[in-house]
Amino acid sequence: MLFICERLKNVQVKFISEFRDPEQVKLLLEKIKTTVTKRWSIMEVCGGQTHSLVKNGIINMLPEEITMVHGPGCPVCVTPPHLIDQAVELSQKKGVILCSFGDMIRVPGNSMSLLQAKARGADVRILYSPLDAVKIAAENPDKEVVFFAVGFETTAPANGLAVIHAKKMGIKNFSILVSHVLVPPAIKAVMDDPETRVDAFLAAGHVMTVMGYQEYFSLVEDYKVPIVITGFEPVDLLQGILMVVSQLEKGQFSLENQYTRMVNPQGNPAAMGVMKEVFEIAPQQWRGIGEIPDSGLRLKDTYQTFDAAQRFELKTLKSAENSDCIAGLVLKGIKKPVECPMFGKVCTPENPLGAPMVSSEGACAAYYHFATVFPDKTKDE
Amino acid sequence: MNDQMDRLQKIFDMTDRIKMQLQCPMPELDYEIITLAHGSGGKLTNALLESTVFQLFTENDGIERRHDGALIPMDGKAVFSTDSFVISPIFFPGGNIGELAVNGTVNDVAMCGGIPKYLSLAFIIEEGMKIKDLWEVLVGIKYAAEKAGVTIVTGDTKVVEKGKGDKIFINTTGIGTLHPNADIRISNIKPGDKIVVSGQIATHGIAILSVRRGLEFESDIESDTRNLNKSVEKMLDLYGNQIHLMRDPTRGGVSSTLNELARDTKLGFELEQSSLPMDKQVSGACEMLGLDPLYVANEGIFLAFVEASVADAFVEDLRKHEYGQDAAIIGTVVEDHPGTVLIRSDFGGMRVVHMQVGEQLPRIC
Repeated sequence: MLFICERLKNVQVKFISEFRDPEQVKLLLEKIKTTVTKRWSIMEVCGGQTHSLVKNGIINMLPEEITMVHGPGCPVCVTPPHLIDQAVELSQKKGVILCSFGDMIRVPGNSMSLLQAKARGADVRILYSPLDAVKIAAENPDKEVVFFAVGFETTAPANGLAVIHAKKMGIKNFSILVSHVLVPPAIKAVMDDPETRVDAFLAAGHVMTVMGYQEYFSLVEDYKVPIVITGFEPVDLLQGILMVVSQLEKGQFSLENQYTRMVNPQGNPAAMGVMKEVFEIAPQQWRGIGEIPDSGLRLKDTYQTFDAAQRFELKTLKSAENSDCIAGLVLKGIKKPVECPMFGKVCTPENPLGAPMVSSEGACAAYYHFATVFPDKTKDE
Repeated sequence: MNDQMDRLQKIFDMTDRIKMQLQCPMPELDYEIITLAHGSGGKLTNALLESTVFQLFTENDGIERRHDGALIPMDGKAVFSTDSFVISPIFFPGGNIGELAVNGTVNDVAMCGGIPKYLSLAFIIEEGMKIKDLWEVLVGIKYAAEKAGVTIVTGDTKVVEKGKGDKIFINTTGIGTLHPNADIRISNIKPGDKIVVSGQIATHGIAILSVRRGLEFESDIESDTRNLNKSVEKMLDLYGNQIHLMRDPTRGGVSSTLNELARDTKLGFELEQSSLPMDKQVSGACEMLGLDPLYVANEGIFLAFVEASVADAFVEDLRKHEYGQDAAIIGTVVEDHPGTVLIRSDFGGMRVVHMQVGEQLPRIC
């Protein structure tokens, strides 16, 4: 058994290492350099891609014609402050255990973050899976357990599954505070903004592993932009960039799939089935961007009893944003984090004005943590 | 090869630990949990100490059971360090809070160029802690102290009400003599120095996370808590003042320690990602949880800034010692970008390694 595990580990590592091969990276960079002739702005949609580009130093190795623009695909960054306020309010209620994904708890709401609420005595717990929250609810029948269900299409199936499990097990003291967001409407919102300077997209590989890519053909057609479904490793990202640059240089626009080892056209039917069973599409507030129609999820009527907002009759407060924060412009790719006068001075990960400075996937935090002091193209813009 | 040696070392350690547990069976007591009365200073306190602490630490020369402190012989300059331990959970893969409390302070003394000799040991116990658990912690302390060659000479026990603590908090203070060859000072670090790490990084933090409620995952990653004083002493014998500085990168990981030093020396440090020694499972867990191993806590490794001309030999010698098999040169001190730590990725790209902000949090997806 141990032997098999050891072998499995090695196989897995080898599989990833192919996509981190420095030789491949060098070759791809060369190819991109010889292919590009004009200036292009490419948006990587997902925060995980931003993180990888910056962490691996790739952002500073691209030819100067290419500007990477960091999209709104960071769930922590786009969760509106009023929802964080609701989570904070819930956590301060007597007998409530508020469970959340890790990086959500440091995001400031209008009054405070969940981390600050925890310091004041709230029972806030970091979990890796919403199913663990159901387990906590089963173990603590005298408490109310709320899971802060945040994220894109990637986390919605697991959150949906937690609700289905709770219903099946007859667990009455479990509910979720929903703040789900969907990627395609966000891409539309970016393209509809007249100030947008995005020529092509690297679409988020993980989201499309779940959802497939049927929805994306119309985006390519409607906006006449190349979209390449891209993974997260350095070789993935550079292949994705090479594919969009090749299209742009030829004046073409089509949907291509770089991340074929994970993404198929139909996605993951089981995961989509769970989402369809539990959630329905709804308008959604995006931090820094505002309301985008049909860009979120809410619980269906049949699962209303698991909706924390209803169960605790939470007030819908207005989302006030810090007026100095240009998060919206950053998330739409109109400004770079370093173009913000607050960046790194007033706004730092210790004292974030807006959410993109909080999560390691947020564009601002990624720049703060990983950008170099050496030739930094971001400063020439 | 190193993996194999490491595994063998772990097996030896485990055998020693089990041997110690067998040699120290728990005494029969007529109570199962600690109550406030055990900390009152009265009869129960005496009974508790008599049947637990003094059972295990009897042969120690210095211990003055009935006195407020210890008299210890010291010659020359002494090195003195203190640390408190509040870890949750108190038992984790590869050790417990007791071992951590001994090794942590022993290592701090060693990092200053000291040869640790004596420890104080103070407990703050939360009412309701099982005596069985306290015994296990005490056996861990005895095991670690014997391994490090230090004597526990004085101590204290307090009990707080339930809810006012987290099972047990331990403070240890260590005192040792300065190694005659040691000249460890931040101001000794100079451009050109090589930065050496004595073992695999991020092991302790990931081992703790793997058993923390809500974030559990299955692995055989064990904490690297261990005493570094023996290998440090040998390296000081060999390299003396060519070792400019040593630090154990515990809380906040390698990045926080290096950032502090870069700031204080007003020098720049450049690291190589590909040189960082790391266990495959640890690096896998970091990726899964979205954590940067440079920010994850360590307990059993140290960073050394050494004269460039001896760096290779230093690493070669360190690798011969217990717990040094994975030692590697991970970077260089430079004059450029003062106060900043940079790391070169496997692809040649550079990025800044910042000081950690708060606790690292696992990310959503």
